[in-house]
Amino acid sequence: MATPAEQVQDPVGGVGCSRKRKEDARFIQGKGNYTDDLKLPGQVFGAFVRSPIAHGRVVSINKEPALAHPGVFAVLTAEDLKPLNLHWMPTLAGDTQMVLADGKVCFQQQEVAFVIAEDRYVAADAVELVEVEYEELPVITDARQAMSADAPVIREDLEGKTEGAHGERVHHNHIFRWDVGDAAATDKVFASAPLTVSEDISYQRVHPCPLETCGCVSDFDKIKGELTVYLTSQAPHVVRTVVSMLSGIPESKVHVIAPDIGGGFGNKVGVYPGYVCAIVGSIVLGRPVKWIETRVENLAATAFARDYHMRGELAADEEGRVQALRVHVLADHGAFDACADPSKFPAGLFSIVTGSYDIPTAFARVDGVYSNKAPGGVAYRCSFRVTEASYLIERMMDVLAQKLGIDPAEIRSRNFIRAEQFPYTSCLGWEYDSGDYHTAMQQALEAVDYEGLRKEQAEKRAKGDLMGIGVAFFTEIVGAGPTKNCDILGIGMVDSCEIRVHPTGSAIARLGTKSQGQGHETTYAQIIATELGIPSDDIQIEEGDTATAPYGLGTYGSRSTPVGGAAAARAARKVKDKARKIAAAMMEVSPADLEWDVDRFVVKSLPDQSRTIKEIALAAYQHLPEGLEQGLEAVEYYDPPNFTYPFGAYICVVDIDRFTGEVKIRRFYALDDCGTRINPMIIEGQVHGGLTESLGIALGQELAFDEDGNILSASFMDYFMPTAVETPHWETDFTVTPSPHHPIGAKGVGESPNVGGVSAISNAVIDAFAHQGVTHMQMPHTAYAVWKQINALGLNK
Amino acid sequence: MAKKLISMTVNGQAHDVAVEPRELLIHTLRERLSLTGSHIGCETSHCGACTVDFNGESVKSCTMLAVQADGAEILTVEGLASDGTLHPVQEGFVEKHGLQCGFCTPGMMVRAYRLLQENPNPSEEEIRVGLSGNLCRCTGYQNIVRAVQYAADKMSAE
Amino acid sequence: MIPANFDFHAPASVAEALSLLAEHGDGAKVLAGGHSLLPMMKMRFAAPQHLIDLNGIADLRGIKREGDTLVIGAMTTENQIIASDLLAADCPLLPEAARQIADPQVRNRGTIGGDICHGDPANDLPAVTMAADATYVLQGSNGERHVHSADFFLGSFYTAMEPDEILTSIRIPAAKGVTGSAYVKLKRKIGDWATAAAAVQLTLNGGKCSEIRIALTNLAPTAVRVAAAEEALKGQPIDDALIEVAAEHAMAASDPTADLRGDVEYKTQMAGEMTRRAIRQSLARAGG
Repeated sequence: MATPAEQVQDPVGGVGCSRKRKEDARFIQGKGNYTDDLKLPGQVFGAFVRSPIAHGRVVSINKEPALAHPGVFAVLTAEDLKPLNLHWMPTLAGDTQMVLADGKVCFQQQEVAFVIAEDRYVAADAVELVEVEYEELPVITDARQAMSADAPVIREDLEGKTEGAHGERVHHNHIFRWDVGDAAATDKVFASAPLTVSEDISYQRVHPCPLETCGCVSDFDKIKGELTVYLTSQAPHVVRTVVSMLSGIPESKVHVIAPDIGGGFGNKVGVYPGYVCAIVGSIVLGRPVKWIETRVENLAATAFARDYHMRGELAADEEGRVQALRVHVLADHGAFDACADPSKFPAGLFSIVTGSYDIPTAFARVDGVYSNKAPGGVAYRCSFRVTEASYLIERMMDVLAQKLGIDPAEIRSRNFIRAEQFPYTSCLGWEYDSGDYHTAMQQALEAVDYEGLRKEQAEKRAKGDLMGIGVAFFTEIVGAGPTKNCDILGIGMVDSCEIRVHPTGSAIARLGTKSQGQGHETTYAQIIATELGIPSDDIQIEEGDTATAPYGLGTYGSRSTPVGGAAAARAARKVKDKARKIAAAMMEVSPADLEWDVDRFVVKSLPDQSRTIKEIALAAYQHLPEGLEQGLEAVEYYDPPNFTYPFGAYICVVDIDRFTGEVKIRRFYALDDCGTRINPMIIEGQVHGGLTESLGIALGQELAFDEDGNILSASFMDYFMPTAVETPHWETDFTVTPSPHHPIGAKGVGESPNVGGVSAISNAVIDAFAHQGVTHMQMPHTAYAVWKQINALGLNK
Repeated sequence: MAKKLISMTVNGQAHDVAVEPRELLIHTLRERLSLTGSHIGCETSHCGACTVDFNGESVKSCTMLAVQADGAEILTVEGLASDGTLHPVQEGFVEKHGLQCGFCTPGMMVRAYRLLQENPNPSEEEIRVGLSGNLCRCTGYQNIVRAVQYAADKMSAE
Repeated sequence: MIPANFDFHAPASVAEALSLLAEHGDGAKVLAGGHSLLPMMKMRFAAPQHLIDLNGIADLRGIKREGDTLVIGAMTTENQIIASDLLAADCPLLPEAARQIADPQVRNRGTIGGDICHGDPANDLPAVTMAADATYVLQGSNGERHVHSADFFLGSFYTAMEPDEILTSIRIPAAKGVTGSAYVKLKRKIGDWATAAAAVQLTLNGGKCSEIRIALTNLAPTAVRVAAAEEALKGQPIDDALIEVAAEHAMAASDPTADLRGDVEYKTQMAGEMTRRAIRQSLARAGG
């Protein structure tokens, strides 16, 4: 049963209401304002010459024919950027990355030269005219071969360096080793455990692939010495800081504006060579320079995700109670380590890998390696490697269930952290704030008639049909984050909100986050409406302009609601505190004598004595008694005490054509617990979207390479993007376990469906073969891949 | 190459523009006529973000030359509403939360508009197939289907 | 993703198009729906100096019946094929296949002639028109000639059409008697090119198969007719064993290229499976 969004009646349209979105009006009339819509006076266009090979030396670059082409203003190469020290740039992960090829190229489609011309047509012509000679080198595209003794050196700039940003490097293609947990204790449990299981599980390289590619318009004002950059950024303030650090322009003279963004999903967190080149171009030429990625460039060069090659091992007793977990990961980071993780976490929050289970002992090791593939490793609709971690443990629980002949739902229930254990500290060090996993799982099993499905499956199997039931339970760790754990480039991962209430009672709030479709203009207004009693329609939300918004770390890792939303609530409470003082002065009572009622302060003993927020707002700009300052506004920088831990129970049913290998999702049920639900309509929309992404990943997507390092899936011809036809009807449901430390109890939901969806679908496909003794199949589960399994088992005869 | 002078009617308004033969229709609409509602998402005619209505048929304007539009009647998202009144398709997208980032939305709505001219009472399956040339990365399509159903109901009631 | 520049020509007649083609020779390309050519030009895999757009030639559009023959103008779009009552009645195979090409927007531009002339083994209508026993009408500076679909495709992106010729129409014998047809296409998602596909058109006479044509898409350098399977089935009542024989022949006729859709073994096996399904569906539609 699909659950309709709750219909909450609320006079101010606050938390809990399925409000229609404020942002929609402009989008449905074609009045959105995306980066490529901008047309500044004198604007010119930049485009890249890119490497056709995956690894090689750049022998020579001849830009003269391009420069001679009419309408071409400049051709930048690494040589031109060197005097500015911008031919390389620092990455968020503590590595450096070539902005333009400096003597060699390390992945196909790497940026080699940047052509600036009067428009995109002339730029495209000029790109063809730049002559580059390469000398090819051997190529590594498989992480498992990166650290072999004779592997080619990908990063000659690091040769001889045995220390990287995250400690020791043990091989010339090694980036870091990250250990978490107690290795000795874990080994000991494994040595004496009644039984153990192990499986090699890969999560393939995929791409967030928002429908709008990345791009920017850089505009340098020579007279004022000010730089304005419009760009597709999920984190505009971080970009401002990086740009200032790189360019030497004071941060006060760098102005970053993220206009409307056509989807991000992690693709738009990083700083890309295109931004740097456009900025340099605008400084050199004194004209605005626009750079917009093509789709091929987007898929081939910016922001891949995953590419984790994992070995999971569980030790358990005969009843299936897990005693220990051991994990080793080979993480393919591409040619430059440009992961967008909190600085101290080279493998992100992968240590959430014990999942929803009370596992007493664990050890995880992640080795990051270089390969001749594009840099990235972004959190694609994911809180920094949580998706990989969740996939691993959810696959392993199925492997264990199968070994013991216990139902996958049952084995999860036996190992769940129990409701009374919260707050729960995992053996890898995280304090789970809240949860009630058994209730959620039970509700899910009943909703889908799980027993009935298993019965049907048994009947189908008897007839030779392939039907799979995937059970997945996930716990996320989102809302980075506490500054005690999390920073980016040394800046603590706080977020912020500034609220100004105007004399006539409407308000504007500005935040450091940046919506890419999540509906912040609606949901933040709802939070503030509930706190302040101002109708949400009268609250304007602004984000993305660093000149006006307070500093924030941006929107990714489901951090907007946990951090930005908390800042909004707390800023509103600061405003309310002042409003209380003004109301008290207006009614000549003590602030302590007042109580809040929806949109007004009421004198406790005199219920007919009250002042609405609207009345208070006007009074705030009039004569006030001594000790009270005019104005009604506040700023909050919020440093959350902990992450939040959304969770959910997902069940997927698939039917597989045993002659072609095609997988059809017959049914998908998603129960999410994201704590307090701000706007149920938007939550359901987020879940639908994330599940559809998970379908794409589980059943078809892969950034594939041939052995020469040529990318095989760099357009929508070959990179699987589900349409409305492949996408099933999603059933959504929920429980509500509020976060105890978040001001309104909310936890964030955007990423949950991608995290849980991939596990549920993959588990369903593999479950279809469980009776044949199959314990794992690698994603993506394309018809071809599934058919190979069928054929190996002879099930198509 | 010599530019060609072409005339086309876009959203009821006549335009004469001089274009290079290679200029793509989407660029003419976006950059010469400043109708930036239609977007470019893939460039290989797979995503449908550039969908416009061309002489009464849905087409992908990233895979057409502007010179081919000489004499054509074109409708873009900017022309869906009339006299300040939203088209039922636009209304449906708001009411049923059929959009998130908004990038696919103009192409999706212009296609849905034509789909409902071709088939005023489509089944869910027919809506899904009818929109199969338009990709959305945000919504999972479910609420887009509901938005089109809303519009179909509203239009048949009118 | 911007094409190189070119001169654009929009002839109003076939004669004018032919004379432009003769004048500009190798530097010219004919533009039909453009959904193969324009993306190739945008990626600069193709850079013609002259583009001759056939969209303005009214004579090249439309579907009519001349006696027992259906005549389809080469510039008839896939959506016009889908909407045709004439084809629904007399060659339902064609609209069924057209519905499986790309998406609604693309089908408003994509034409039957473009789909055939491109010579792409992944295109659907070569195999489909083969199964429908089509003959292609070519016009060139030396006049008109007819080439049967079975003789047209010479290699990948290589056809019997001369550089100075234009495909003007496709002639298909209207189905007679008790016939059934099917186009069964395995694809990764709606609108994708085939991983493997089979087109079948058959006629039943007294429970026996009196005529059958089987053709495959994207399983060899060109669309292929599976003559051996046709021979095996002709004159026989079709049963499961014969369908299996046909499937074996289809697999033998396949010579696919490995790619992300699958390896040679998978595609070959799918050639057999699509053939089985297409024959069964055709039989069911023929009431056999």
